[in-house]
Amino acid sequence: MRLIVPLRGVIQGRGGLFVGSLIPCCLFYFLQLYLKRRRPPPSDPTELPRTSSRTNLFSRGNSIGRVRVSSRAVPVAKPSDSPYYIGLERVKTDPYNRITNTDGIIQLGLAESTLCFDLLQRWMSENLMESMMQSDDGEFDISSIAMYKPFEGLLELRVAFADFMSRIMGGNVSFDPSNMVITAGGTPAIEVLAFCLADHGNAFLIPTPYYPGFDRDIKFRTGVELIPVHCRSSDNFTVTVSALEQALNQARKRGSKVSGILFSNPSNPVGNILSRETLQDILRFAQEKNIHVISDEIFAGSVYGDKEFVSMAEIAGSGEFDKSRVHIIYGLSKDLSIPGFRAGVIYSFHEDVVNAAKKLMRFSSVPVPVQRILISLLSDVRFIEEYMTAHRQRIRDKHIRFVEGLKQLGIPCAESGGGLYCWVDMSSLLTSYSEKGELELFEKLLTAAKINATPGTACYCIEPGWFRCCFTALADEDIPVIMERIRQLRESSRS
Amino acid sequence: MGLPLMMERSSNNNNNNVVELSRVAVSDTHGEDSPYFAGWKAYDENPYDESHNPSGVIQMGLAENQVSFDLLETYLEKKNPEGSMWGTKGAPGFRENALFQDYHGLKTFRQAMASFMEQIRGGKARFDPDRIVLTAGATAANELLTFILADPNDALLVPTPYYPGFDRDLRWRTGVKIVPIHCDSSNHFQITPEALESAYQTARDANIRVRGVLITNPSNPLGATVQKKVLEDLLDFCVRKNIHLVSDEIYSGSVFHASEFTSVAEIVENIDDVSVKERVHIVYSLSKDLGLPGFRVGTIYSYNDNVVRTARRMSSFTLVSSQTQHMLASMLSDEEFTEKYIRINRERLRRRYETIVEGLKKAGIECLKGNAGLFCWMNLGFLLEKKTKDGELQLWDVILKELKLNISPGSSCHCSEVGWFRVCFANMSENTLEIALKRIHEFMDRRRRKEKMIN
Repeated sequence: MRLIVPLRGVIQGRGGLFVGSLIPCCLFYFLQLYLKRRRPPPSDPTELPRTSSRTNLFSRGNSIGRVRVSSRAVPVAKPSDSPYYIGLERVKTDPYNRITNTDGIIQLGLAESTLCFDLLQRWMSENLMESMMQSDDGEFDISSIAMYKPFEGLLELRVAFADFMSRIMGGNVSFDPSNMVITAGGTPAIEVLAFCLADHGNAFLIPTPYYPGFDRDIKFRTGVELIPVHCRSSDNFTVTVSALEQALNQARKRGSKVSGILFSNPSNPVGNILSRETLQDILRFAQEKNIHVISDEIFAGSVYGDKEFVSMAEIAGSGEFDKSRVHIIYGLSKDLSIPGFRAGVIYSFHEDVVNAAKKLMRFSSVPVPVQRILISLLSDVRFIEEYMTAHRQRIRDKHIRFVEGLKQLGIPCAESGGGLYCWVDMSSLLTSYSEKGELELFEKLLTAAKINATPGTACYCIEPGWFRCCFTALADEDIPVIMERIRQLRESSRS
Repeated sequence: MGLPLMMERSSNNNNNNVVELSRVAVSDTHGEDSPYFAGWKAYDENPYDESHNPSGVIQMGLAENQVSFDLLETYLEKKNPEGSMWGTKGAPGFRENALFQDYHGLKTFRQAMASFMEQIRGGKARFDPDRIVLTAGATAANELLTFILADPNDALLVPTPYYPGFDRDLRWRTGVKIVPIHCDSSNHFQITPEALESAYQTARDANIRVRGVLITNPSNPLGATVQKKVLEDLLDFCVRKNIHLVSDEIYSGSVFHASEFTSVAEIVENIDDVSVKERVHIVYSLSKDLGLPGFRVGTIYSYNDNVVRTARRMSSFTLVSSQTQHMLASMLSDEEFTEKYIRINRERLRRRYETIVEGLKKAGIECLKGNAGLFCWMNLGFLLEKKTKDGELQLWDVILKELKLNISPGSSCHCSEVGWFRVCFANMSENTLEIALKRIHEFMDRRRRKEKMIN
């Protein structure tokens, strides 16, 4: 409200001067008040009046409001408080190198394998150019890689993936390329499925411990919640129907709508392989409750134990259950060690889900030149056989060494048959058998022993003291170094 | 208008044990039932081919740039392809390549993109590689920005006519609405302050919170650049309303004369005030200018630190393959190549544009005066029997079925005037373009003869 100080009228006489100025003042102020009440409020309290001088407006500085991002964007940029991410960040500041930085932090927190890079590198140097640039008549035709192609992936790639997946999952299950959608990695695969199967505010049941990345992959944008279903070491962390039942009932009491069950098999972080019976139990339960089942099988080709891997697709195809509720996630980041390429798969038995996922692939598809490389790679049956045999063997060898090294220190591991890591019971090193004690150990491992291992808390494990240790990027020589550091840590804790 | 259509979900009947899908999955916000996409189906079923199917449907509804393929081919074949695959390290670079999945994106590639974007703008604006966030295509970039700038049921103001894909890209998963800023031919479809204000008010009256304005510059489907004064007015408007400004500049390299393009980056370049700058975001991609839509390379360039940080993290859902980044980093850093490419590409597009506009003129058809892009905005209003949306769709259907040309009706672009059509000219050979023009000539001749007979 603009205050206009009225000029005092020049009126003869003292009293007159007083009255002569007071009355007009009062009248004026009442007029102002009246006019203010009649003026409509501005539509946006932060709106500024238009100015004719553009440079003046832009140089106003403090009087312009700071523009805001959406409320769903706010948590995304916040630094993560999960030990999973904290550990990964710390390694970057001082990464171990067995030649140039022997005192650095050894990375055991990233499930990646470099064990068969020699084989991949050889294949790439021999085949890459040809597989990407080749056309039908042998001449390079750029339109074969430059132009728009269906976002869900070239048919040849889906065929190659279907064949590849069938091979590595034991050959007892076949995959139909028309049920498949190729995604730019496992991350968008899980998010797209979440978008298709659940509404904002709905939930998935998820057995613990689970891969910390799911929190972001699923919650960031979809608004779908994850409800933990706690598993115990007494069951080797295998989910039971009674635990699922309990979790579902509790969720319903809270008014939460459960849309499905999400689990990984081989499981991450434990590394156990779910039995045929367990898979059937899960599917039967889902059918009873009329919810979806998502099986993340991204480590299916990284099975090194004696236990046979069975895909949920095999159970679904058996005819005993309604398969339209079954969806599988796969990708090449773990089994084929090429996370940088970004190639994942959504495989669904539900036609509408496949159709919706296909359309959503416009936001996350694989570049055509990369698809051509992958077609060539996955179709090279001889190479794939050689690679998968070596991959499994080398993981097995490394696993044996790593677990043996820990055993020597009196540190046991959970039984595992797949994955690129083991689930280590470090409870004997805890000062207190609690989450607090575990996080203290995590910090000590990171700072004193200079080892980044993912604590169970980050994976929502209900029993303290468990850590996931990824060993497939280690050379044999690194293992004694790690064991020695742990031994020293234990010594210094005792003293 | 611009409100998402939702199919009724079949009643969730646990007795049937049919498992339920989400609203996103069943909604038709993907828009693939609209004429824009229906024409594509007709093309897929009967595609034109110079030798094998000369009477097939010619695809003039896809904005793809094939005019400069030869330049790319030559570069990729000759210029040390091995090196370009893996970067300067050659094959040993494979190791890093295979593992690299950092959402920061390869530094060398971001530097190359920044330099390419600067070249396109003739050095009139600078781009900081650390403000570049990579996404798998501009489609993903636009969706990502929408997630970050707006909450469900908020709105973005978008000038009409606009790219039909926005209905899907900006709304489907995000739950955000589009409120149109109506533009018309009286001033060549330029955005006016009155139209902006009116759109804003429309949203407010419906209790919808406006979070930003999203423009495409050069415009799709108009094929024309946005004038500098309009950009200044837009920024002014966004500052006053305290909202964001997104400029999709995906066709910036396809402006026929470089001097005629003003990027919002140029406007922002001279502003120091962070509270003004930080509301501006640019989307770019290599799909149109470089003719590489198959590579899925897009970027968000933001002057807002928070948006850059957030977008980076969210880009995990839409990362660009490391192999692709390596391959393109060397190509885009090769300034000799990019300078030549940009120059020749502009020239060829200009000539194509002139060919089609002249050809249409001879047939008695006028186009909006354009200066950019891979398409022209054609006015067939005078051919409509009924000056309604239905009339326009009837004509579109005739053109598809009789002339076997798939073009895009203005109504699919939400144009407020009927009778306008977008016609793409860069995704075919010169011969094919001549054939298409011939079919149009013949059609117009037939019409004139028919009219003479009636009269």
